Amino acid sequence: MTTKKQTTFRKEIYQRAIVESFLKLNPRWMVRNPVMFVVEVGSALTTLLWIQAILGQGEAPTGFIGAIALWLWFTVLFANFSEAVAEGRGKAQAESLRKAKQDTPAKQIAGLKLESLQAEGANIKHKVVSSTALRKDDLYLVVAGDILPADGEIVAGIASVDESAVTGESAPVVREAGGDRSAVTGGTRLLSDWLIVKVSADPGHGFLDRMISMVEGAKRQKTPNEIALNILLAGFTIIFLVVCATLLPFSIYSGGAITITVLAALLVCLIPTTIGGLLSAIGIAGMDRMIQRNVIAMSGRAVEAAGDVDVLLLDKTGTITLGNRQAVEFIPVNGINAQELAEAAQLASLADETPEGRSIVVLAKEKFGSRGQTMERMHFVPFTAQTRMSGVNLPPLHPSKLEKLHSNLGGPRGVEIRKGAPDTMIELIQSNGHAIASDLKPTVDSIARTGGTPLVVTRDNQALGVIHLKDIVKGGMKERFAHLRKMGIKTVMITGDNPLTAAAIAAEAGVDDFLAQATPEAKLKLIREYQTGGRLVAMTGDGTNDAPALAQADVAVAMNTGTQPAREAANMVDLDSNPTKLIEIVEIGKQLLMTRGSLTTFSLANDVAKYFAIIPAAFAATYPQLQTLNFMRLATPESAILSAVIFNALIIVALIPLALRGVPYRAVGAAQLLRDNLLIYGLGGLLVPFIGIKLIDIILVLLKLV
Amino acid sequence: MNLYEWLQILLYLTVLFVLVKPLGGYMARVYQNERLILDPILGPIERFMYRISGIDSKTEMNWKTYAVAMLLFNAIGLLAVYFLQRLQAFLPLNPQGFGAVTPDSSWNTATSFVTNTNWQGYGGETTMSYLTQMLAMTVQNFVSAATGMAVLVALIRGIIRHTTKEIGNFWTDLTRTTMYILVPLALTLALALVSQGVVQTFHESQTASALQSGGQTIAVGPAASQIAIKQLGTNGGGFFNTNSAHPLENPTPFSNFLEMLALLLIPAALCYTYGKMIGDTRQGWSLLIAMTIVFVALLGVTVWAEKTGNPAIEALGVVGGNMEGKEVRFGIVASALWTTATTSVSNGAVNSMLDSYMPLGGLVPTWLMQLGEIIFGGVGSGLYGMLTFVIIAVFVAGLMVGRTPEYLGKKVEAYEMKMASIIILTPVIVTLAGTASALMSEAGRATIFNPSVHGFSEVLYAFSSTAANNGSAFAGLGANNPFYNTALGLAMLIVRFWLAVPVLAIAGALANKKKTPVSSGTLPTHTPLFIGWLIGVIVIVGALSYLPALALGPIVEHLMIFK
Repeated sequence: MTTKKQTTFRKEIYQRAIVESFLKLNPRWMVRNPVMFVVEVGSALTTLLWIQAILGQGEAPTGFIGAIALWLWFTVLFANFSEAVAEGRGKAQAESLRKAKQDTPAKQIAGLKLESLQAEGANIKHKVVSSTALRKDDLYLVVAGDILPADGEIVAGIASVDESAVTGESAPVVREAGGDRSAVTGGTRLLSDWLIVKVSADPGHGFLDRMISMVEGAKRQKTPNEIALNILLAGFTIIFLVVCATLLPFSIYSGGAITITVLAALLVCLIPTTIGGLLSAIGIAGMDRMIQRNVIAMSGRAVEAAGDVDVLLLDKTGTITLGNRQAVEFIPVNGINAQELAEAAQLASLADETPEGRSIVVLAKEKFGSRGQTMERMHFVPFTAQTRMSGVNLPPLHPSKLEKLHSNLGGPRGVEIRKGAPDTMIELIQSNGHAIASDLKPTVDSIARTGGTPLVVTRDNQALGVIHLKDIVKGGMKERFAHLRKMGIKTVMITGDNPLTAAAIAAEAGVDDFLAQATPEAKLKLIREYQTGGRLVAMTGDGTNDAPALAQADVAVAMNTGTQPAREAANMVDLDSNPTKLIEIVEIGKQLLMTRGSLTTFSLANDVAKYFAIIPAAFAATYPQLQTLNFMRLATPESAILSAVIFNALIIVALIPLALRGVPYRAVGAAQLLRDNLLIYGLGGLLVPFIGIKLIDIILVLLKLV
Repeated sequence: MNLYEWLQILLYLTVLFVLVKPLGGYMARVYQNERLILDPILGPIERFMYRISGIDSKTEMNWKTYAVAMLLFNAIGLLAVYFLQRLQAFLPLNPQGFGAVTPDSSWNTATSFVTNTNWQGYGGETTMSYLTQMLAMTVQNFVSAATGMAVLVALIRGIIRHTTKEIGNFWTDLTRTTMYILVPLALTLALALVSQGVVQTFHESQTASALQSGGQTIAVGPAASQIAIKQLGTNGGGFFNTNSAHPLENPTPFSNFLEMLALLLIPAALCYTYGKMIGDTRQGWSLLIAMTIVFVALLGVTVWAEKTGNPAIEALGVVGGNMEGKEVRFGIVASALWTTATTSVSNGAVNSMLDSYMPLGGLVPTWLMQLGEIIFGGVGSGLYGMLTFVIIAVFVAGLMVGRTPEYLGKKVEAYEMKMASIIILTPVIVTLAGTASALMSEAGRATIFNPSVHGFSEVLYAFSSTAANNGSAFAGLGANNPFYNTALGLAMLIVRFWLAVPVLAIAGALANKKKTPVSSGTLPTHTPLFIGWLIGVIVIVGALSYLPALALGPIVEHLMIFK
């Protein structure tokens, strides 16, 4: 089903692209690409010569001029086709986005105090207007089933939202006021509850609008490297123009003027049409590859910059480590045995719904098989900012039950079990007049040194031992960082942890450096320092406090789940909200440049063979001796020139898939990449046309076309 | 080839490479204002010169000021050389009583010497007074060479420095190059040449009574001093018309060796200077190796072509290669070596008649000049031309490894590509359009002495030589006439300064950039792979630009002879 749908989808793209390739022949459009513009002028010129020949004044056989003119037109059309196909894929995507962005009714709210918004919720007074009437800073209400009329920041409410129109991800996401998940996108649908949203962009400037214009390529501007390459290609085009133009006087002096048709053919063969024709397709395809990986780049410049990144700043939590710390060990102190500690810790964590708390329960079960059960009259003490500890109060037990239970876990007077950070707990112990067990502090310190987080467990204000909580580095991270190192990219972990903990995790994860106790200012400063050192910095972020650093970074990827400020500050948005995607983004950026470089090399290397085909043919009458250079043994001068022109046109078509897919990038050193690509595209570029031109010549002869 | 001939080439390259490091290191110290042995003697003179000319040697210039100073200095030089020729009849040191040089020839010679080309449409001993030779020719031999080196040093500073606009002071670069490098070297070489019998005198021409038929006029003059700098400064303008084939300009095999050594000495050593100044001598060596590889390969072609000789002449029983137009005291190998060396550096001095070379033997010097004079090249100009090719090679290779291209930590962007394109384009346009204009005009065709294919090669050579600021002449073409004097003069002027100014623009742009630290994603530019790639780019660009023209000249001529 999907394949069938894809096939028709592709067919549509191709059909439209064929029409587009003709529409793009408009010289005003063509002049943007100097190389292909020259080809178009050559095509027009040879067409005029062909008409002249039909009228009986031909400088060469009519059929020959006509064939050259035809194939020169094909060359232009093939180049236009490649661009149109690349654009077509984006357009199809834009269309589905546009469907999401229809005029929707909006429930506008007249400005009210925040408290009353909170209180009235879904029942607030509103009037229904068109979404286009909403302006920045207006407030609107959405209830379950509504389409969100505009981008905005949630001011009140919590709800689940179906963002599949934007992300293609069908699982609903939770959005709520405050925090890092407060941004909503126009065009998405509310599934439950209600939200009051403050509009963050005027109509036409929303996220969806930007996305549409990006994927359509309408706003596509040439990127810096593309401009530089275009200049080089224009330079070569001028050189070959001069070479061909002066060949006419040279040939007149030598005693046999070369025909304009042959000169036009030679010119088109020499100028870098392969890369010139595919250049814009390569750029569009690069953006498209980003979109396929669910990354929306706000500019082509950002995609290109991604390939240059030298430093990658990664948030520890959620990126390098699993979101949460997990208990890995119970270390008793003061002669208590480990099981006793484990059971106490488990009881204290039964009501603790945090992942850390749950991991303690699980570990105690795994190690000691203890199944803490909630008992009657058990009183859980939740964590508060004031006490900074949590735990449980066990009721006094009836003496008959005492024996069945572990002796330490209850008692006639009841028991208070607490767990918390070492500082807090030590204060608790001391304030109750107990001594600190001599092995408590060393244990706590040794855990901290290895990057773990110690939690001290007390019973009746006396230490039982320490729980070792550890950050769990995600699987495969070490390999990914090694991969990045090979690409020449330095990874820096950003964390709020203390330096000791940070160092230990950094070592375990295999990052090159870390920034501990990171504040927004410290992040910004770090980025600036790297940039003054001449490095290009990439970072991911989602929170509002990441926004300054994101704005400063050269490549800034915001998570789609992030806040509006973060998404505004970034130049890319990852719809999957997957922080490690930066690696793929960098690879796409590199592919983009590599494809351009490789095809430039290929294009210029091709010229050698074309010279050997055309020069002996062009001067066949004046200097028959030059036939020695025709070692491809091409049948006739006409077939030689025509074969070169046909090869030149067909190679563009043959390379469209490569241009769209990109030259594959492998994380090996720059030297090896260069060697491999030179071998394929340099040496290949020298040899392939000899074979191709010879083959076309054979076919032309077989078909008796020459 | 016999053992002696192999050894000659080997010895030549060995001595050259041995001298590269000491001289290159010395020049680096000159440009980095470090302590020099010559300081006690030259330091006071240098400071005195700055004082009287009102130059603050500590003030640095941005690229535009530097370029304006360079252009101004050369414009004044151009006028001086022009008027010295026009007015020489009224000036002293003119024992032969030569009259004013014609306006078109004066223009041609003025542009020629100011641009470090030293194309000579005139015969020195029969045209120029001693004063003109010394004050116009010799002075320009020094300062045009120093101009090239100053531009190179400015470019090197652009590469080394970061986030600044300043690229040095043209006046101090010019002064220090001349005083600390060119004068001492020229003095040493001149004395060595005099020891071999090169003439150095203010006497008028001598008359000798020959064995047959009366007297013979032997031209003399202050030759050694001019020859020394003509070789060292990649100038090439001979004191005598036949240049270094003249027995008083190049009397012995040893003087020949010294003069050949002087050809490549500074351009080769500057590679080391470059490496030293950027703090990575591997970069300098790799450029020198790239140059040497192309040089040796093309030398091989010339020697092979000349050793093979002409089958038509061999049929007459004359064997042993093509000796036509060559001095017997040098022979084929030393002549071919000289020719390859003099056209690889933009020198243009000759010790044999290029017009008489075999077609492929003549193709090599033509193509060496067409490559843009970057295989060693002119003093300073050769290396800055080579660095332009490096920038282009780095650009394409950089893209191929998936990064914004960078060279030595500096990103290569649109502006640098624009300037680099101008640098590559200009000589090609001037050479080909110039040749075409000559072939299409009555005046241009009138003085081609060998019409048809060989005549084409002669015209192509003339424009290749002037548009590369080489100055070597193929001969066989009457170039001392208004058409060629004007056209070739224009060619020289355009190419020299339309290259030097964009080079300074690149220097300014690079100096202004941040420096990116090296990582494993950085493309190394000192590896054999990169050297190979650089050679590939140079050869392909050179071949693609000139193959059609060469096919209609030397290549078809070769095929005609050997078919």
